[in-house]
Amino acid sequence: MAHKVKINGETRELDVPEDMPLLWALRGELGMVGTKFGCGKGLCGACTVHVDGVATRSCSLPVGSVGDKEVTTIEALAETPVGRALQQAWLDEDVMQCGYCQAGQLMNATALLNRNPKPDTRQIDAAMSGNICRCACYGRIREAIAQVAEKGTANV
Amino acid sequence: MSETATSVKLNRRTLLKAGAVAGGGLFLSATMPFAARAAAGAAPEAGTLSAFVTIAPDNTITIVGKNPEIGQGIKTMLPMLIADELDADWDLVRIEQADFNPEKYGFQFAGGSFATPMNWIPMRQVGASARQMLLEAAAHHWGTAPSSLRTEKSRVIEPETGRSITYGELAAQAAKSSVPDPEKVRLKDPKDFTIIGRAIGGIDSPRIVKGEPIFGVDTQLPGMKYAAFERAPVFGARLVSADLAAAQAVPGVEDVFVLKGEDNPEGLIDGVAIVANSWWTANKAREQLKIEWDNGQWASHSSEKYDAKARELMQGSPAKTLASDGDVDAAFSGAAKVLEAEYAYPFLAHVAMEPMNCTALCHDDGKMELWAPTQIPQSGHGGVAKMLNLPPEKVIVHLTRMGGGFGRRLSNDFMHQAAAIAAKKPGTPIQLIWSREDDVRSDFYRPAGWHRLRAALDDSGKLAGIDGHFVTFETGGEVPMPASMDGSEFPAKFVPNMRYGQSSIDTRVPMGSLRAPRSNAIAFVLQSFLDEIAHEQGRDLPALMLELLAGREKLPDAKTPFGVQPGFDPARATAVINKALAMSDWKAGAPSGRGKGFGFYFSHLGYFAEVVEASVSAKGQVQPHHVWAAGDVGSHIINPHGAMNQAQGAIIDGLGQAMALAVNIEGGAVSQSNFHDYQLPRITMVPRIEVEFVKSDNPPTGLGEPALPPVIPALTNAIFAATGKRVRSLPIDRSLLG
Ligand code: FES
Ligand code: FES
Repeated sequence: MAHKVKINGETRELDVPEDMPLLWALRGELGMVGTKFGCGKGLCGACTVHVDGVATRSCSLPVGSVGDKEVTTIEALAETPVGRALQQAWLDEDVMQCGYCQAGQLMNATALLNRNPKPDTRQIDAAMSGNICRCACYGRIREAIAQVAEKGTANV
Repeated sequence: MSETATSVKLNRRTLLKAGAVAGGGLFLSATMPFAARAAAGAAPEAGTLSAFVTIAPDNTITIVGKNPEIGQGIKTMLPMLIADELDADWDLVRIEQADFNPEKYGFQFAGGSFATPMNWIPMRQVGASARQMLLEAAAHHWGTAPSSLRTEKSRVIEPETGRSITYGELAAQAAKSSVPDPEKVRLKDPKDFTIIGRAIGGIDSPRIVKGEPIFGVDTQLPGMKYAAFERAPVFGARLVSADLAAAQAVPGVEDVFVLKGEDNPEGLIDGVAIVANSWWTANKAREQLKIEWDNGQWASHSSEKYDAKARELMQGSPAKTLASDGDVDAAFSGAAKVLEAEYAYPFLAHVAMEPMNCTALCHDDGKMELWAPTQIPQSGHGGVAKMLNLPPEKVIVHLTRMGGGFGRRLSNDFMHQAAAIAAKKPGTPIQLIWSREDDVRSDFYRPAGWHRLRAALDDSGKLAGIDGHFVTFETGGEVPMPASMDGSEFPAKFVPNMRYGQSSIDTRVPMGSLRAPRSNAIAFVLQSFLDEIAHEQGRDLPALMLELLAGREKLPDAKTPFGVQPGFDPARATAVINKALAMSDWKAGAPSGRGKGFGFYFSHLGYFAEVVEASVSAKGQVQPHHVWAAGDVGSHIINPHGAMNQAQGAIIDGLGQAMALAVNIEGGAVSQSNFHDYQLPRITMVPRIEVEFVKSDNPPTGLGEPALPPVIPALTNAIFAATGKRVRSLPIDRSLLG
């Protein structure tokens, strides 16, 4: 069955079973492989996308339940000032090691700053605790988010 | 004496070649056979060092990154060495990932922290050679002497006249100059380094933050199908029969077939492959499979039984002696006090963030092309060629960036599976992806182990002897390297009488290298036991350590599973210990309700001393608050960004292992399956971590591993300091602390 899903501002037609998780539709059907598979069970956050701005695990979100909500993926993160500021902070802090978890980290961090532009460390930790980084770049993830929270997005 | 990992230089055996490239560029290549055994895992006996640099007329410099990138920063770090001696403008340097090509690039490998020491001098010699050729070309161009010129940021400058010319403009001329003798080119005085020592971001990072396809699992080929591979839960089981009809009937499934493998987990094991139009569909179909497995004798194996067997073996005498110094029996018979303790640690999985995967295409002429996130392409390439009966040149391997390795991708079982599936579907590219459950349940695990330790204190309270009995695993009569020790581990040679024996238990649980193999377990055992001894003596572990090290000479170079290595240097150990004590204000003790613990270890050529401050709640919940780490990995930190990241990551990794991680065997299979029951550290656990490097007059060595081992005993020793309870078994059992 074909589903119409709004992804990064474009309406895309997905001819997949309605219970297929959005993750596999993005990666397999649309070739948008920036969103990552880590656990498939909602445990790691690697597959995080935004659904109407809310950080959501695409491995556990059936295509059929997206409806007319707007999906944003890492491929379109640079289109918002907060997204761009975080990408830059990630590079300035040289956050990543292998980098595999970072799309999910960035998507989740963006959702955090969109709803709370000035989180303290505790709030950062609480918001990011669903995202695993096997390389344990946690200290720098914290720093990079704090940096954007402090400096804002004016310069990006 | 053969070359140690830190003494490699380009020499007369080096093939340094230069030439012109189309459009007027300069190409320089260096290859050098290297005779020492290169690294951990299935490393071959001989390797090759190589470097490839191209300078284009537009002044860009392209350096080939020949080793696979797993997140250790190698793709950025090795080119930094070349670029610095070349006086390149780093902004104009491009790094290209090499494909697998042993004839051209020699040994391509990621693991063991040996890339840094092996490449430190040779890569710089390559850069310096290219620079010399450019200087000569400029001198020729201006009709002056090379000695009147200098270089900076990819330009040759004549200070007297102020004129300058780019490397790109000189490249065509330089290609005609003779190639210098790499042994004679002058290397920079380290104070003149401009790139080495600079914090440089990962070369692929700008692409990663945008979500660009860069990892193995991001490989996309026209017409590609997806595969899942069902294997036996019980290690060593063989497939008897399979009913594939229900799986075959799932819409979207293209094909379901049995693969008969061999009795070797490193290659192809028995299983059922499902090929479908999406990976999700393949996995749905997988649930419909009905397979009969023959578990043989292996289904009776369990962690519980291993533990019982090990405890029994430890009471007897060891099956073999690993090392024995002095007269241990005399030390014990004359002892005023004997301490005794049993330590244990579990199997661990790697759980690299990017699950195992491989994309394979069988061409119509039988050629097999693979896109493989592997730490050791050589063995996968050879294994696939053998499995498919193909000549080596008919197997092509493309290297991809990897979402972590930690040693897991030193085994290429996933490459064999992908190739075996693709071979049945000629013309169709197949992407095999493992689920996280597959990954947790078919790993090559850090081996579990047990140690019974006894210490003899003489009547003055001095440590007179240590007697250890290590119980480990064997498979087919052999103890694999990561499950081994050799009795040379510290404090051997620093305690007058010390002996270590070993016994082993037969298992089919596959075992492999996990970050800092051997040391990641043994540091916990030996540094904890030394902490026990120190407390018995009424002092702390650093005091005991410093006494053992005082006035002692460096040990001779030694043959290890990782090649011939420089011997343990007590002066370097003492320096990092003192540094960690100062950083953590050790003497001041811990604030009330908390404890401070210390750990030291020497592994993978690096010296690390670490202090952990931790608290334990009434319910036994452990929280590390602060970690101080002092490390000596030689004279230079090549890339402080990568170095800090590696050290901090290793520390959190170690804390996470100690606090929560274990793989248990039940009924011959792994009980854990995903991140809910294999709970990696999360951001909320992460303490403040301070790392400082003590620079010593030694060649730089790697940082992927040595910061991990000491943090585990530092944490468990901190728990003892906070609660008076000794952790002798990992992971830390909360119920014993609450
Ligand atoms: S892959 Fe979705 S949470 Fe892990
Ligand atoms: S950077 Fe490797 S998992 Fe996060």
